[in-house]
Amino acid sequence: MSLLDSSLWEVIKASFQPAIWAELIKPIGETLYMTAISSVIVLIFGFILGIFLTVTCPDGLVPVKAPYITAGWLINVLRSLPQMVMIILMVPVARLFFGKSYGTNACIIAIAASCIPMYARIVESTLLEIGKGKIEAAKSIGSTNLQIITKVILPETLPGLIRGFTVAVISVISMTALAGMFGAGGIGDIAVRFGYQRFQHDRLFACVYILVILVQLTQGIGNFISNRILKTRNLI
Amino acid sequence: MSYLEIKNLQKSFIVHGQPLAVLKGIDLTIEQGEIYGIIGFSGAGKSTLARCINRLETSDDGSITVGGVDILSLSKKELLKERRKIGMVFQSFNLFDARTVFRNIAYPLEVSDFPKKQIRQRVLETAELVGLTDKLDSYPGGLSGGQKQRVGIARALVSKPELLISDEATSALDPQTTLQILDLLKQINKTAGITILMITHELDAIRYSCDRMAVLEEGKIIEQGTVAGIFNNPKSRTGALFARVFAEFQNISLTEGAGI
Ligand SMILES: Nc1ncnc2c1ncn2[C@@H]1O[C@H](COP(=O)(O)OP(=O)(O)OP(=O)(O)O)[C@@H](O)[C@H]1O
Ligand SMILES: [Mg+2]
Repeated sequence: MSLLDSSLWEVIKASFQPAIWAELIKPIGETLYMTAISSVIVLIFGFILGIFLTVTCPDGLVPVKAPYITAGWLINVLRSLPQMVMIILMVPVARLFFGKSYGTNACIIAIAASCIPMYARIVESTLLEIGKGKIEAAKSIGSTNLQIITKVILPETLPGLIRGFTVAVISVISMTALAGMFGAGGIGDIAVRFGYQRFQHDRLFACVYILVILVQLTQGIGNFISNRILKTRNLI
Repeated sequence: MSYLEIKNLQKSFIVHGQPLAVLKGIDLTIEQGEIYGIIGFSGAGKSTLARCINRLETSDDGSITVGGVDILSLSKKELLKERRKIGMVFQSFNLFDARTVFRNIAYPLEVSDFPKKQIRQRVLETAELVGLTDKLDSYPGGLSGGQKQRVGIARALVSKPELLISDEATSALDPQTTLQILDLLKQINKTAGITILMITHELDAIRYSCDRMAVLEEGKIIEQGTVAGIFNNPKSRTGALFARVFAEFQNISLTEGAGI
């Protein structure tokens, strides 16, 4: 059903047809798969990169100039590419890894390349927020740098890290939708093929609901966990 | 030989490309088991001096020996070990919010090679010493300032250091709590024989707790001696100023309607 020949209200009603939703089950699965895999990759690498930046920065525990500047530069380059450009750019890379330049796994590479640098910056700024006094105290106690990172900095900033990860996952979700245009399947694929190319706005609306729900759910879970931690610690 | 000996300690920072001399040749000796006060106005270099002692700050020149150990010649690894013998207490407490009181106090034991099985016992002992046994499962976020500082002190004491550096430990506390914390420090000094370096800008704190003291002004120790000597007969301008301010505050509290 299209907005071109039906009223908004009719399209909205049609968007709740069971038939439409039955067709959406598979794409939802694809989107969830892409989101989950990409998020894990982003979490692991973004986290490591973020810690690296924090530790090596001029005020950090082990200031080393060249690696810090190089990593920062690389991140800035990757971050200056819009998500769409990143997907196009990663086509040859995906071909190298998977033998084909389209599909879910190919797009995961683009999502990772785009979202890892973002999460790394979020991790960096979260870790830097820790009070200098706490690190000072840990040092005065005779902690090694590794102990300071694992036993002080990370636990102290955990709520912020979780909030930051929430932001990263939401960004991953939005990028999976975009990746749908490039053969990655999922909700984005449906939205483009039916909603854009065939004016089937009822299907488009259903896609919108799903994306909204996914993002709300992610944000809700992120907020819930980080608030729980803050409450336990008596900080809110 | 004195317990803590500092000779000609110099430290400058680079500020806007210019060197700023903060410690200009500090000479200081502190005996085993005493509570030694250092007083000085804000910016005099008190915290910098404290931070140089356990090498949180690298000094430019001079020597520091603590219990016969030449601090400045230690390797990184040796320094970590040595820091465990020097407890430090901070004005802003610097507790770990992610840890309960118990785990805050246990932290120094966790990061050293202290036997795991004895951690609990030692933490309980230390908590009892500072009067925190009923707060062990609380998080610092839910404690009052005085309780937080008790945790800070317990954390500094748990690995049985020989020296305790207190950098404005009571400056964020109300007078009554200050008194309790000072009593605690005095008690620790008496019972455990820990040498305490008490850095503060509060005269009361020094007068109440210390045997000897030094006056730090713009990176130099301009006067040192017994607390009574300096209060009754200050030789330096800062010393005199402190003594006068102190006397005037005393007067205000005695004369009704005085002041404003
Ligand atoms: N890391 C730093 N970089 C540059 N300047 C510094 C640094 N740390 C301290 N200073 C400067 O050194 C001087 C002494 O600072 P310090 O913190 O030792 O003073 P303080 O006597 O402890 O003062 P307060 O009573 O306010 O704590 C100040 O002028 C301060 O600006
Ligand atoms: Mg200070």
